[in-house]
Amino acid sequence: MTLEILSTNRAVAEAVKLAKPQVIPVYPITPQTSISEYLAQFVANGELEAEYIRVESEHSAISACVGASAAGARVFTATSSQGLALMHEILFVAAGLRNPIVMANANRSLSAPLSIWNDHQDSIAERDSGWIQVYVESAQEAFDSILISYKVSENKKVLLPSMVCLDGFILTHTVEPVEILPKDEVNNFLPEYEPEHAILDPEKPMSLGTFTDPNYYMEARYQIEEATQRSKKIIEKVNKEFHETFKRKYNFIEEYRCEDAEIVLVAMGSLCSTLKELVDEFRKEGKKVGLLKVRVYRPFPHKEISKAIKNADKIAVLDKDITFSMGGALYTDIKAKIRDKEIYNFILGLGGRDITPQNIKEIIEKTEKPEKDITWIGLKEES
Amino acid sequence: MEIGATVKEPGSTRRNKTGTWRTFKPILDKEKCIECDNCILFCPDACISPEYEINYDYCKGCGICAEECPVKAIKMERER
Repeated sequence: MTLEILSTNRAVAEAVKLAKPQVIPVYPITPQTSISEYLAQFVANGELEAEYIRVESEHSAISACVGASAAGARVFTATSSQGLALMHEILFVAAGLRNPIVMANANRSLSAPLSIWNDHQDSIAERDSGWIQVYVESAQEAFDSILISYKVSENKKVLLPSMVCLDGFILTHTVEPVEILPKDEVNNFLPEYEPEHAILDPEKPMSLGTFTDPNYYMEARYQIEEATQRSKKIIEKVNKEFHETFKRKYNFIEEYRCEDAEIVLVAMGSLCSTLKELVDEFRKEGKKVGLLKVRVYRPFPHKEISKAIKNADKIAVLDKDITFSMGGALYTDIKAKIRDKEIYNFILGLGGRDITPQNIKEIIEKTEKPEKDITWIGLKEES
Repeated sequence: MEIGATVKEPGSTRRNKTGTWRTFKPILDKEKCIECDNCILFCPDACISPEYEINYDYCKGCGICAEECPVKAIKMERER
């Protein structure tokens, strides 16, 4: 095993190089930019044989992805925040046309006020687009998730696009040891994409993205729902195959000292690393705290979550996003599916606000002695 | 339905019977008709044959044929 010391953005680019997309339309935006720069370098060096399209906006980037994917190519793009928001319209097209595009989204807050720092609002705002969403905790997980996502998305029973979400700066610009998997083993794990339902071939003429009247539209939407439901089994299967081949195990969720925990913290992304450390500290103090990391957010793994928290008395859901007047997205989802638990929500880390051990201690206290359902953590006193 | 609502055969638009949009239906009284062909020439959807048969699969009921008929042989009746 060779470990390299790489930023998460570099790790993503290395994974993309191994996945060998034929078309890469991408527009730079902080904090994703270095992914696009590394990929441009790989293409210029001849390390990656791909059409690198320098588009004029993110709307064009994802549009070019849809076109190339509809022609039968494996494609990749990356974006962040305002860029993802500009893609909004075409994200739904990609899912509707069942284009197995894989995208990396460097999670960054949305304007206004303008901020380049991390939270999850950008990708959460796209949760209904029909894309599979995965939130990663480390550079290695980002690397592995790109390869897993291609295999899941391109599965004939799925054919949905995937978004790998990595926390801006906290992950994107942080350097960690990463195992770059061997080329031949990745080729075996992820063979070339063989398009059937959408391909540019004069022998097989077809129309894509046609107008549908009310006789057809609803069935097309229902197909996306069915594919999303089916994707659960495929994700499980691909995770298993990845584990057997590369010895790293991924699941919809990750449980950390949950089995006997009285309070379970639920969170997504890089925050989970901090929380694991703190869970250990709480345990030393005799507090039975556990962590449940949600890795796959769409399809939503409510059965797995329900099972993982079955022994807990109280649940604290930590969200780096807000559905105004309703709490965070993870909280509202868990509340909708799990009825028999005391669940509290904590909004934190918006626009890159630091999340400190003190904040987490406050969350535990407020879960033990709750005052309200939804609490914003780390607000300055003057506000 | 194909995956992604893909259409894999050409000419599928013909299956889209736009006549369902119709609110008023033109009825031709062949006894009154003087075979001037005005209705055929003016129909924007080419829905009237040289034999003066109206194709209700595509006729949207615009009523231009009834308006242009010099002997009022076409009546517009509300669809039920």
